[in-house]
Amino acid sequence: MSEEVVETVERVTGSGIPVRGNDIDTDQVIPARFMKVITFDGLGEFAFFDQRFDDEDNEKDHPMNEERFRDASVMVVNANFGCGSSREHAPQALMRWGIDALIGESFAEIFAGNCLALGIPTVTADHETVSEIQAWTESNPDDDIEIDVADETVRYGDHEVTVTVDEAQRRALVDGVWDTTALMQSNSGAVAETAAGLPYLDD
Amino acid sequence: MSERTLYDKVWDEHTVTELPTGQTQLFVGLHLIHEVTSPQAFGMLGERDMEVAYPDLTHATVDHIVPTADQSRPFDDDAAEEMMSELEQNVRDSGIEFDDPTTGDQGIVHVIGPEQGLTEPGTTIVCGDSHTSTHGAFGALAFGIGTSQIRDVLATQTVAMEKKKVRKIEVTGDLGPGVGAKDVILTIIRKLGVDGGVGYVYEYAGEAIESLDMEGRMSICNMSIEGGARAGYVNPDETTYEWLRETDAFRDDPEKFEAHKEYWESITSDADAEYDDVVTINGDEIEPVVTWGTTPGQGIGVTEAIPEPDALPADKQETARGSQEHMRVEPGETMQGYDIDVAFLGSCTNARLPDLRAAADVVDGREVDSSVRAMVVPGSQRVKEAAEAEGLDETFREAGFEWRGAGCSMCLGMNEDQLEGDQACASSSNRNFVGRQGSKEGRTVLMSPVMVAAAAITGEVTDVRELPEVAVQ
Repeated sequence: MSEEVVETVERVTGSGIPVRGNDIDTDQVIPARFMKVITFDGLGEFAFFDQRFDDEDNEKDHPMNEERFRDASVMVVNANFGCGSSREHAPQALMRWGIDALIGESFAEIFAGNCLALGIPTVTADHETVSEIQAWTESNPDDDIEIDVADETVRYGDHEVTVTVDEAQRRALVDGVWDTTALMQSNSGAVAETAAGLPYLDD
Repeated sequence: MSERTLYDKVWDEHTVTELPTGQTQLFVGLHLIHEVTSPQAFGMLGERDMEVAYPDLTHATVDHIVPTADQSRPFDDDAAEEMMSELEQNVRDSGIEFDDPTTGDQGIVHVIGPEQGLTEPGTTIVCGDSHTSTHGAFGALAFGIGTSQIRDVLATQTVAMEKKKVRKIEVTGDLGPGVGAKDVILTIIRKLGVDGGVGYVYEYAGEAIESLDMEGRMSICNMSIEGGARAGYVNPDETTYEWLRETDAFRDDPEKFEAHKEYWESITSDADAEYDDVVTINGDEIEPVVTWGTTPGQGIGVTEAIPEPDALPADKQETARGSQEHMRVEPGETMQGYDIDVAFLGSCTNARLPDLRAAADVVDGREVDSSVRAMVVPGSQRVKEAAEAEGLDETFREAGFEWRGAGCSMCLGMNEDQLEGDQACASSSNRNFVGRQGSKEGRTVLMSPVMVAAAAITGEVTDVRELPEVAVQ
């Protein structure tokens, strides 16, 4: 990972999967018991585990269990998705299941920030627009949705709709500066100056 | 310069530069780490051949997976042991101070920071845990971050952030008997919604907030994230300074205390500070609050009726129907009388000494209902020790409570403390999400510590103000 390859995310294309409901928290996305691990590898199979499986591990009714959505890479969700715990395990699990982008009515802040750190766009649109895309993915599970991050549009079937991408997120993804570590490390001189100016770091 | 909030001032003090994304690179004064969200970050650091830049500003504890019964090593749970070992290795390699259980200083990260004086007004504090907002009680700018951001902070002691708007939430009046900080914050979340704070930092103010002790303010700020606000704070005042004076950081160093205090006083919000929004809540009207659903915004006064989903705003109706089905509650009824199987007094919201004292007052001379498993999980080893010095452990034990070791415990069920099947839990924690306490059929009713105590005694949700007097034996 030490090589400096600038990866940009100008657009994401893939088939969709609707996961409906407001206020879906990150405990649902990845239950805490699956976080007793020291790497994120292998979390994909546990995404939405308790929504997908009963106590005997039998499949429950959930879009992620449906064959037609198996290859989906664009998750279409409703309001306040990813609320609650700050666990990055949530977007890591979705990413490892196959999700490359999310379209939703709104996202919780920490979740959206965690997605950005992985290069996963979280674009927003109003309830009606999102509902229409969700319905469309039901009827067209094999067809691509194209999210244009740079232009803030989503194209699916014959439709093109305007979506919102947070400005910092848009610039980070389009310019390939969403992985901020090296960038911020290059400012270490200014960091030290800031630290030196803080009255409480005197000891 | 005037017209600035505490948030503006602390933000400016810690700004390193503006990044190409338009985000601010913000210096982090204190980075708290724990075993669940940091190992992957250390792994990423290793992959990039990077080192921890400011180990002296990094502080570790173990809380999420730590057993609260037998903490001897190796832990019974292999996965927990592996996480603990990994953390030990990482802090050793990087020279980071670690409050492991042998130090007597271990506890929930949001309890130990303040009690050791690590949490100061005017600082920036981050941790891979959404309840980092707790530290805002001291007038710090404190927020939860994800693991990739932990990597950033380990490598650079900075985070990339966008500046948020500030909403002042003024709670006026006096809180009535049996009403405390938890009831205030549950009321705020109910009123503003679980996503009402997205894009905002909350400044809590008003007499009802200012009259709270530091622990109460921590309970309030702790649950800012439950209202969607990544951070919340209270302006520091004499209550804050007196609390800090007695901590490890300042107890023996009055000179340092005075020097820091000068800074603390300089970062409070100006009298003419401009806010993006102001909300006023009448504290006189707040009664003990309990949740009836599966989001922290689904709360009601203990004497109020559970709402009809149809009567709620359109976007809340479906969630409410699902919540009521899961909780098996009926609209039109109150939550009083709702049967409880487990009473959990713990978590970073409500497991500090005053929480335990208040609950002990309620259980003193009473007995836990025979149908209830009741447990106290102090927030830290120091809280536990202080409580034992006052004999609170005896009060709880005699009433029938388990008295356990410090950790996150049943707040999120990452150790052996978990609900079983469809058990209902009266819980002083912060989240009633489905499955949160370790069983997907489990049912969580959030409430204050004194309300948990009352529920433990009667075996059902009970208005603590109505609990009958203890009969003279």
